[in-house]
Amino acid sequence: MNAWKEKLMQGVFFIAACTSVLAVALICVFLFINGVPAMKEIGFVKFLTGTVWRPNNDIYGIFPMIMGSIYVTAGAILIGVPIGILTSVFMAKYCPKQIYPVLKGATELLAGIPSVIYGFFGLVVMVPAIREFGKTLRQAGILHKGGDGNSILTASLLLGMMILPTIIGVTESNIRAVPSQYYEGSLALGATHEQSIFKVVLPAAKSGVIAGVVLGIGRAIGETMAVIMIAGNQARLPESIFEGVRTMTANIVLEMGYASGLHREALIATGVVLFVFILIINFSVALLNRRGENE
Amino acid sequence: MSKKKIKQKLISYKNAPGSAVLALLVLLSAFLTFAVLLFLIAYILIHGIPYISADLFALEYNSDNVSLFPALVNTVAMTLLSLIIAVPLGIFSAIFLVEYAKRGNRFIGVIRLTTETLSGIPSIVYGLFGMLFFVTTLKWGLSLLAGAFTMAIMILPLVMRTTEEALKSVPDSYREGSFGLGAGKLRTIFRIVLPSAVPGILAGVILAIGRIVGETAALMYTSGTVAQIPKNVLGSGRTLALHMYVLANEGLHTDKAYATAVILLILVIGINMLSGVIAKKITKGNGNGEN
Repeated sequence: MNAWKEKLMQGVFFIAACTSVLAVALICVFLFINGVPAMKEIGFVKFLTGTVWRPNNDIYGIFPMIMGSIYVTAGAILIGVPIGILTSVFMAKYCPKQIYPVLKGATELLAGIPSVIYGFFGLVVMVPAIREFGKTLRQAGILHKGGDGNSILTASLLLGMMILPTIIGVTESNIRAVPSQYYEGSLALGATHEQSIFKVVLPAAKSGVIAGVVLGIGRAIGETMAVIMIAGNQARLPESIFEGVRTMTANIVLEMGYASGLHREALIATGVVLFVFILIINFSVALLNRRGENE
Repeated sequence: MSKKKIKQKLISYKNAPGSAVLALLVLLSAFLTFAVLLFLIAYILIHGIPYISADLFALEYNSDNVSLFPALVNTVAMTLLSLIIAVPLGIFSAIFLVEYAKRGNRFIGVIRLTTETLSGIPSIVYGLFGMLFFVTTLKWGLSLLAGAFTMAIMILPLVMRTTEEALKSVPDSYREGSFGLGAGKLRTIFRIVLPSAVPGILAGVILAIGRIVGETAALMYTSGTVAQIPKNVLGSGRTLALHMYVLANEGLHTDKAYATAVILLILVIGINMLSGVIAKKITKGNGNGEN
């Protein structure tokens, strides 16, 4: 009786453990089945490299959206990575013990704030600020068009802020994982605190730090709601960082509500492209982590 | 003493000006990170709290009074439904991974990889999948149920990982003691291991609640944006975060959007703090156990 129960529950546990595998498989299958035929119908090359997105005329080129995602992600990385890494150095090596729990809680809160709140903050604070900034630059003769504040720059700033907790969390734990002898040895050789951290400890934690950055890229490229609220969403290639862009994620959410037929499938295909991007990013993180373990 | 220390530090910086610059950059970055967070919270609270009024919580939603009450009820329903689905699954799979699976088993690697993949998938992709699978293929329509299943898949890796860590932190001597007293494996897991892992699991579940409460992109095309409380789980209803998005996007009720943002923010901060408090309790509890 008991042995039978043990076996049964072991089976139940095993089946439960299979759900995540099943979920990934289902997600892959359903996205690809619904997205790939549309890509075929439009033409893979045309779909990926076409610069015109005009669903009313059945023209579907998502190149501007791919570039849009890449632009805002690159901007987010430029802003978020240096600040994130330096903050994690602060958390691991500078922060006084008494205030550490408070700051740690703050970084967790930064990760916990919903993207709508970030988006709303961007909408009411950053968009007007960037609009003024653009206006000033235009009046100074540096720019032709100042833009209305919904721009690559705004989205990059906000996304840079949103990926901070990811980068800080991963980098900090990797800095802490470096044996303290490295740091102490360097100090004993006469290097300063900073020289020891930046020339010895950080290089030793390199693959972990890169994994954190790549995770941050994944976050930025997949972010949807916050970007929609502040990036302008124009489906064309931008000429300056003061112009608006539409990301792949925004493309899906904005038009899915009323799309049908090939248009709807083209949106799902946009999701497929995004998903492939994410899979590549995930795969590189897994690879980096494995390399980190081997070192 | 400390003055002397500071003086020493200043002298060493004089000899290495690069280090001084780096130190300054580190401090500046940390300051910036936390200042931005503080500014965001303060800004929303200061501009939103004056608009919080009783009619924000009116039972009925209509175009004159965009009450957040239905959305709040929907959020609670969505959270409960998702947890009912995801928590047992997550705990059971963690039990399998920690207690049953043998080390070096290839299948474990596959589960690990898929869990990592799941936690890296952006919410809009979950939303797309939920729409294609639950809403269209299973014909549930835009409904709380479709939303809850989508959210359940989304929080599954989080529940799994935290439970796994909680189970691993239970000392092996507990298990051995239980086996020694003649208990079977199942009994040991449910009577000894799980109870001592509860705080860790709870901290993870609370984090998951935070994710559900704040989610928008995955719910927009699964549970829909109807601003009423549905009659049953097959009805469509928007959660608080989605309500907030619609308000901010329409731009017609900016004051209400501010007030809704405050409620949402307070909810999330509360949930986060609760999780933190519980997590702290665990580390303390473990400390006592070791002594």
